[in-house]
Amino acid sequence: MTLIEHAPILLIAIPLLAAFLTPIVGRVNSLLRNFEMIIALISIEFLAILLSYDVIRNGIRTYTLGAEIPGLTSPAGFPVRIILEVDAMNAFISLIASSITLIVAIYCLNFMKEQRILDKFYTLLLLLLTGMLGLTLTGDFFNLFVFLEILSVSSAALIAFYVQRGEALESAFKYMVISSVGALMVLFAIGLLYGQYDLLNMAAIADSIQGSFLDKVALTLLISAFLLKAGSVPVHMWKPDAYGEAPAPVSVLLLTSALVSLYVLFRIFTIFAINPVLLGWILAILGILSIFLGVSMALIQNNLQRLIAYSGIAEIGYIILGVGSGLVEFPSPTGFGFTAISGGLFHILNDTLDLGLLFLIAGAIFYLTGKRDLSIGGLAHSQPTLAVFFLIGMGAVSGLPPFNGFASKLMIYESVYYLNPLLAIIGILGSILMLAIFVKVFSAIFLGIPYDKELRKIPGSMLAVMGILALSIIFIGLFPNLVLESIITPATKALINPKNYIEAIL
Amino acid sequence: MLHNIPFIAVIVLIAIGLYGVLFKRNLIKIVMGINIIGSGVNLFLIELGYREGGVAPIFTSAPKLEMVLPTPQALTLTSIVINIAVVALMLSLVTLIYKHYGGIDSEKRRLKG
Repeated sequence: MTLIEHAPILLIAIPLLAAFLTPIVGRVNSLLRNFEMIIALISIEFLAILLSYDVIRNGIRTYTLGAEIPGLTSPAGFPVRIILEVDAMNAFISLIASSITLIVAIYCLNFMKEQRILDKFYTLLLLLLTGMLGLTLTGDFFNLFVFLEILSVSSAALIAFYVQRGEALESAFKYMVISSVGALMVLFAIGLLYGQYDLLNMAAIADSIQGSFLDKVALTLLISAFLLKAGSVPVHMWKPDAYGEAPAPVSVLLLTSALVSLYVLFRIFTIFAINPVLLGWILAILGILSIFLGVSMALIQNNLQRLIAYSGIAEIGYIILGVGSGLVEFPSPTGFGFTAISGGLFHILNDTLDLGLLFLIAGAIFYLTGKRDLSIGGLAHSQPTLAVFFLIGMGAVSGLPPFNGFASKLMIYESVYYLNPLLAIIGILGSILMLAIFVKVFSAIFLGIPYDKELRKIPGSMLAVMGILALSIIFIGLFPNLVLESIITPATKALINPKNYIEAIL
Repeated sequence: MLHNIPFIAVIVLIAIGLYGVLFKRNLIKIVMGINIIGSGVNLFLIELGYREGGVAPIFTSAPKLEMVLPTPQALTLTSIVINIAVVALMLSLVTLIYKHYGGIDSEKRRLKG
């Protein structure tokens, strides 16, 4: 079938084309523009589902740009062209990215209605999606750098969307400085690797890597740059500013892009696999520090989006704690290592759903009251649905049993316990503190004397997408095995067997 | 020693740029620092592809077959374009910050955290 053969490149090409089509169509009619954008996003979603289904059933799919046959990867014995490579792991991440963008776009239709420069907003939104999907699907180092920069530029412009607010400008500048220095370091590392092996393809470099001193320098630069994009502890400082000042739906996309960079980080870890035990321990320790710092800083915030951003740092901490402690067992993680890695990957999915729901609720509260701080009170009287959604999001993010956060966090705890009990105990304490924080937020915003001002109604489409997120949180919480067996376990197997990834190219 | 001079220049450029980003308080100087790091990295890529006595990698009517590597040049071209976009975006942000606060000193910022 030809559609599935070309699906990897279409996943990048459709959002890119739609992005630059949006302002042209927007000139004609804004309704037509919304229609065009939603159609593009739905077709991307459809392609992502198709691709994941195919990849999980039939194994790795490669796409060589410019070759006569898409599957022809290395005609002369080594790869010469840009190659997109999709295995179960990438497909999983691209599925998350495209679904979240679709949800956010539907939410934006009403949330952003009163803003004036919507054409450019949607262009940037689609460019952000292009960057995320490109980072996910590419198998080429230089291409990785290009998509990283597309991602940085479009997210910086989106963070500064409320141009009239000085803080938004400052946080966009801060984000841009940090991420462009990080991206230049990525390019420097790519240069180091290219200078030694004359290759740019990730799989081909991984096949011939020697582990020399220069390789270690290059890998350190790559890893620190992607940790910086993901916002783990030593380099988390841009995150609360950016998430707090961006419009709430954009914060959801920034969170997703952080998870995409985490995926790139894990991919680089596993295919190069130089000294995995040490790196795994470093990741686990950074994860614990992120959890600790995230929850303790979230306690003292009084801006809702900043608070959720800090709890997002803690959630990133859980993911790298899980995957890091799995990597300690790396060459053949079978027992607790496998559970730890699949728990970490499962938490990537749950993290987007939980924090995405909370950010969208924060956006809805901002839509209703125009306030970002916690001094609201009594919203539950007039907005009972919003309160229920918040309770679901709160339970999920702090890992209470009937919700999805519980399933993945339990996997992380029980496997990390075998590595070191102390790590698991700190993780559980972090979860408990998270619950305390969100109970405080719930009582501050929703309980108390009814909000005195007359409120407008939340549009149905905003409530509907929040409802979809809430329902999927409950569904995954009730039937975690279904998701684990169909998506997460193939993804984990793909991640821990880098040989398949390398051999598909050579 | 002599053929190492470009690499030393790369290190010096990146160090100057990092110094500008880390220790300067003027926002425009920070942007300049990023541009200097970018130039350093570009010089590094070009230097990787250099072969002694090579000509430009254009096959039609080339005087000899010894050529410099074409890939790093393509990479550098792309990276220059990206750098321009990044610097332009950052400078426009600086302009807006200047309009909003009337100054571009990073110490007098309002953002906490």
